[in-house]
Amino acid sequence: MNRRRIGLGVALALVLLASLSLFTVDQTEQALVVRLGKPQEVQRNAGLHVKLPFVDTVIFYDTRLLPLEPPLEQIILGDQKRLEVQVYARYQITDPLLYYQSVRTLEQARSQLTQIISSALRRELGQVMLTALLSEQRRQITDIVLQESMAKAQPLGITIADVRIRRADLPPETSQAIYDRMKSERQRQAKELRAQGYEWAQQIQSRADRDRTVILSEAQRQSLTTRGQGDAEANRILAQAFGRDPKFFEFYRAMQTYRQALADSSPIVVLSPSSELLKYFGNGATRDVRP
Amino acid sequence: MEQRLMPDDAGVLPGGIPPPGIGAIQRFTAALRNILRSLGLQGKGLHVVAAFILAAWVLSGIYRVQPDEQGVVLRFGKWVDTVEPGLHYHWPYPIDRVLMPKVTQVNQMQLGGAAEFGVGTAGNAAPAPGLPPAAPGSTRGEAVNQMVTGDENIVIAEYVVFWRIKDAGEYLFRLLDPISTLQMAAESSMHAVIGQHPIQAALSDKRQEIADQAKEMLQRILDRYHAGILITQVQLQRVDPPAAVIDAFNDVQRARADQERARNEAEAYANDVLPRARGEADRMNEEAKAYKEQVVNVARGEIQSFLSVYETYRQAKDVTSWRMYLDSMDQLLKKSGKVIIDSSGKGLSGVVPYLPLSETRDRSATQAPAAPGAPR
Repeated sequence: MNRRRIGLGVALALVLLASLSLFTVDQTEQALVVRLGKPQEVQRNAGLHVKLPFVDTVIFYDTRLLPLEPPLEQIILGDQKRLEVQVYARYQITDPLLYYQSVRTLEQARSQLTQIISSALRRELGQVMLTALLSEQRRQITDIVLQESMAKAQPLGITIADVRIRRADLPPETSQAIYDRMKSERQRQAKELRAQGYEWAQQIQSRADRDRTVILSEAQRQSLTTRGQGDAEANRILAQAFGRDPKFFEFYRAMQTYRQALADSSPIVVLSPSSELLKYFGNGATRDVRP
Repeated sequence: MEQRLMPDDAGVLPGGIPPPGIGAIQRFTAALRNILRSLGLQGKGLHVVAAFILAAWVLSGIYRVQPDEQGVVLRFGKWVDTVEPGLHYHWPYPIDRVLMPKVTQVNQMQLGGAAEFGVGTAGNAAPAPGLPPAAPGSTRGEAVNQMVTGDENIVIAEYVVFWRIKDAGEYLFRLLDPISTLQMAAESSMHAVIGQHPIQAALSDKRQEIADQAKEMLQRILDRYHAGILITQVQLQRVDPPAAVIDAFNDVQRARADQERARNEAEAYANDVLPRARGEADRMNEEAKAYKEQVVNVARGEIQSFLSVYETYRQAKDVTSWRMYLDSMDQLLKKSGKVIIDSSGKGLSGVVPYLPLSETRDRSATQAPAAPGAPR
């Protein structure tokens, strides 16, 4: 019974010792072992590791890319245009020892990095035009910012993996001017479109009018020609026939006029008794006709 | 004794399992002893219980990886294996543990559009389950979706990023906040790409191109971070000019419609006028042809009748002509209103030359009364 108690006690002591002298490093972590305040070693490999109990302290640092999102900044560009720029960065603690010695806490690291990136950004953007920033050159510009801030962050045990412009906007004061310009541009476009529509309409309509006039006058010409041909033909036929005896035609035609046109107008006729028509009217039968 | 420096905004690993501490073992053993004591178990009973507990502990290592998951096995925190879906065994706690991210699930992230509708965040529609929500951006909301275009105009864009885990190990161990990083990178690349295009391209014809370029750029950025994320698609959903100028933009659309309408109306006019004119022309032509036929036919008829009369005249000239004259006179005198016979025999000289104009006007005014000339 006693021995068993001792055995249990030894086992518990072993467990306690193990718990004090063993530590695990996660896949996402690295560890700095500090022996009585003096940095002893950096453990980058994940897994189970041994330390001296009581004298060694283990400080864990993340190995992953850590976020940094500095606040929005107003920056004056090389062409004096103001821009509201927000960047984001991703960094990594690559040298835990340096990090431990220089910054220690995350807050401090962040504020220092923010400072570094901000100054690099201001310096670089102060030299470029807005048009350059709005082009493929943006990449090169941010690359320079990245290089600069990387070099500055090196002594902190930090490697900056990336600095990128998340957004670059025109500040509200200038955006009104931009809006006005956009508006006027659109108005110009709208006016032009409407005027062009009018132009087209006029062209099409006047062309149609012209075509109509041409078609009608052409038809008129054609029809007058045809009518003239008809008249000519008729005249020719008539002249041919009437030419056989012009005197009789004259008489025949006069008779037609008397009978039709003149009679239709119901004229008042004044006759002279001596006329050929009335030669029997006053005198009776002449000798030739008298029996 | 131990000091664990964790970033303040993400205290847990992806997967939500707290990392095992050494202290946990101490607590575990102490608790076990307490439980055994309180149950009063000694001797044989203790062995049975211990055996049970041991068996349960060993069996707790059995786990299943779902078809849409991958199992990432960590031994004392070290990534030792990645297993495919199925039933597996790992060393029980605290030696091994397994993270099982869903690798086939396509997630989507909605970006932009928040400020427009006054919603607070440009939220992540569906963060991967078991992962912490993205760290909120510091100045999210007011103008995140405003973008400056290549010609220094402003557009408001809404877009969706579809993504899935490409490499579970990278996804879990390379980035502290994969989702928020994805969002930052997506915003950055979309802003950059829109900044390279003029506003017209962004508003209309080049949207697909822009989305594709943004996707490419985003993938490049993420690959550089070894984020283990595959962008399957970037969709540019809505690109609008800012609310302050949208009227002007709409007016351009209206102007375009007006232009089209003006042209259509003019064409309608032309389509109406030209066939009518052609019809009218045809009518004129036909009428002229008819007239021609008519005139010729009438002339022919006249000739026929003339020739018939002429034939009879030739056979008896005096008689026929006298008869024709008298026939005509019959017709004339039958219709004439009055016949005045001038007894002086000297034409009209004996008659009072008075003509009631109203009376003559009642009849055809064109034909003045006239004395018929005597036939010879």
